[in-house]
Amino acid sequence: MTGTTQAPSPPTGGRGSGEGGTRDPGYNFAYLDESTKRMIRRAILKAVAIPGHQVPFGSREMPLPYGWGTGGIQVTAAILGPADVLKVIDQGADDTTNAVSIRAFFRRVAGVATTERTAEATVIQTRHRIPERALHEDQVLVYQVPIPEPLMRLEPRIAETKRLHAMADYGLMHVKLYEDIARHGHIATSYNYPVMVNGRYLMSPSPIPAFDNPKMDRMPALQLFGAGREKRIYAVPPYTPVRSLDFEDHPFRPIRAQHPCTLCGSTDSYLDEVLTDDVGGRIFVCSDTDWCGERQQAKAAVE
Amino acid sequence: MAETRFPGFADPVLDAQAGFRAVLEAMSRPGRVRRVPAPPEVPPGLSPAAAAVLLALVDADTRLRIAAGAEAEAWVRFHCGCPVVAEGADFVLDPAAALLSLEAGTEEEPERGATLLLEVAALAEAPGWVLTGPGIRARHRLRVEGAPAGFLADWAASRARFPRGVDVILCAGDRIAALPRSVRIEEG
Amino acid sequence: MYVATKGGEQAIGAAHAWLDEIRRGDPAQPAIDVAQIEDQLGLAVDRVMAEGSCHDRGLAALAVKQARGDLIEAAFLLRAYRTTLPRFGASAPLDTARMAIRRRISATYKDLPGGQVLGPTFDYTHRLLDFRLAAGDAVPPPAPTAMPDPAPSPRVTELLAREGLMQREVDAGAEPGDLTRAPLAFPADRPLRLQALARGDEGFLLGLGYSTQRGYGNNHPFVGEIRVGDVAVEFTPPELGFPVEIGEIGVTECQMVNQFTGSRTEPPQFTRGYGLVFGHAERKAMSMALVDRSLRAGELGEDTTAPAQDQEFVLYHCDNVEATGFVEHLKLPHYVDFQSELENVRTMRETALKAAGE
Ligand SMILES: [Zn+2]
Repeated sequence: MTGTTQAPSPPTGGRGSGEGGTRDPGYNFAYLDESTKRMIRRAILKAVAIPGHQVPFGSREMPLPYGWGTGGIQVTAAILGPADVLKVIDQGADDTTNAVSIRAFFRRVAGVATTERTAEATVIQTRHRIPERALHEDQVLVYQVPIPEPLMRLEPRIAETKRLHAMADYGLMHVKLYEDIARHGHIATSYNYPVMVNGRYLMSPSPIPAFDNPKMDRMPALQLFGAGREKRIYAVPPYTPVRSLDFEDHPFRPIRAQHPCTLCGSTDSYLDEVLTDDVGGRIFVCSDTDWCGERQQAKAAVE
Repeated sequence: MAETRFPGFADPVLDAQAGFRAVLEAMSRPGRVRRVPAPPEVPPGLSPAAAAVLLALVDADTRLRIAAGAEAEAWVRFHCGCPVVAEGADFVLDPAAALLSLEAGTEEEPERGATLLLEVAALAEAPGWVLTGPGIRARHRLRVEGAPAGFLADWAASRARFPRGVDVILCAGDRIAALPRSVRIEEG
Repeated sequence: MYVATKGGEQAIGAAHAWLDEIRRGDPAQPAIDVAQIEDQLGLAVDRVMAEGSCHDRGLAALAVKQARGDLIEAAFLLRAYRTTLPRFGASAPLDTARMAIRRRISATYKDLPGGQVLGPTFDYTHRLLDFRLAAGDAVPPPAPTAMPDPAPSPRVTELLAREGLMQREVDAGAEPGDLTRAPLAFPADRPLRLQALARGDEGFLLGLGYSTQRGYGNNHPFVGEIRVGDVAVEFTPPELGFPVEIGEIGVTECQMVNQFTGSRTEPPQFTRGYGLVFGHAERKAMSMALVDRSLRAGELGEDTTAPAQDQEFVLYHCDNVEATGFVEHLKLPHYVDFQSELENVRTMRETALKAAGE
């Protein structure tokens, strides 16, 4: 540690609170102190410069538990400005309890405007989904990541996986996928499906369904990934090739339930299965609540 | 502690945020030119853009190599509180710095590669260089006036070391453009 | 018609209100004072300070109260608070040789300079529920006091080292890392390992330490010394240039003496396992010392075969704030991933049943 350098910035300060709420003056803008933000910002920039490489960072203890989005929260806190409009989703929905809690946290400590509309957001923090609506250049997608190391289930030692990444030695993962095919006739990984970023780094897309993987490929928006407990940040710059691992004779196939959405009729969105009784009754509805709501409104307007 | 009569950011919190976002945008979309919020007045030897990038990113936890005159050095020591070093710097602002001799990280820890701030005469999204790579849909054109002699040859050699390497932030007036180590640059 | 579940915001609000109510409990009962917790549940407070890595008895007591006695939750509260504090710098290393001792025991010598000081310990109590405490808890008569021995209490390990029998710890002179500021990398050096252990979970370290006694990486440990008491904290403000005492903190130090058969470069001698914990926490300090010594196996040229000798395994899993967060996050909705698993298993079953039918 470096002693007593007094940063010239005051402990609190900064103008502005978005229309989303009034900022709690007891905390610095976006909660983190300025030196922590700089540390995270430097890590983010290196992550962008080395697409798919996990950059270690001095993850702080946040007032929310590890495993509940502390990495995403720190990344969001480091990039967020008063002009941003923040959307937070968990499982594709804005109203899930943890999304509600994180959104409330940022309204309180940053006073930023929040939205449930994907199109209006400038920063979208997500757990487990990529919105159905295609993202555009003026947006940043921040993923909450539990386990950043795609090889961890195959090799738990970080010292060893670091070495494998350095050599781009991803044989372990190919063998695993190949064994899936030998045993089941196809790759039995349905979420957190590993990807190659720009042909160099094997990367965990976070536990999104494999259905979402193709959206990562050459996405116009910047994608940032924060793992708080594991203390890693990584990134996929805009328009960067992201390829789901597969084999020529067993190409990658995204999976969704083969049903239309009960509410909006969508046949190409990812669906939640909802049990409606205890005798096998079930319906399928869009996991992306904003997408589904917009489609329902559009349908109602036509009718 | 070093003294300086030149100020830092007018709003240390929000200007730093805006400055960082401009760098992030620039680094994410190599060759796109972005404006940064400059401090009200900057010491001689520093462009407003370079001053803003330093204020936004450099502090006691980063080692800086700087050759921009005594006033600029006193200013950066005062406002950033960073150790100033000759070797192994995380951030470099020194026109004499050779791209290939700066810290480039290791295969396991390429993120240790330095960030080089390069003062140039002018930046424009116009013919000059053609950039391709991550962050770029097809190609970006960037005109850089006043880049060091032999820069493109050095860049190609540096890029060949990927994932090791150095990332560059070009500064002109209050504008920046970035060259992450992954980007490919050709003339045209 | 199905309507998607809404109302997360109200549900959270209501849950928090209920939590407040249940934390306070029956309003007919007097509320527990934070000062009472600090005083009468002192060992809980000590554990929260240690695992919260913040020495502040009042705040730790508040955290215990707010967490309804859940000590890991309380440590988490204290850690999250600690993160927001400005850093003025690093103190000078504590000099535990100059500790104001409340308790000091050695298992390796019958008597030694400074003497054995039993102090307030459960060790020789009979574990019989004391129903008098349930019936009023009268103020006990004052305990007999003795004049403290004015002679210094040198550390047992130092006495051994003077004979050349104990490996000397060498200060490498390098500024130790700070694992709260920079993430661990492996191999982690001893200062970083000790930092992680000092704030590690008592139960986890106890289990690991115990495993080393049962053959999973034998340490051959003896308690050279445990000492409990207060030590001065000194800090050198840069504008003064000389150290000033900024206060005293309570700590428990354990030095385990471990046999070492020697290697090609080192003669047979004793080696040290070290534990230092905020507050009065002997079980934790001893466990830490056992695990510290087992984590040195690699550098001492011993086989590393047991879990307690595995740096990555121990250091990545000893932090209970990290561990509880990740274990408990399984409560969060995972239905998107579960849905893809459902589809996956359905497909696999179809394939398997078709194959069986053919
Ligand atoms: Zn729908």
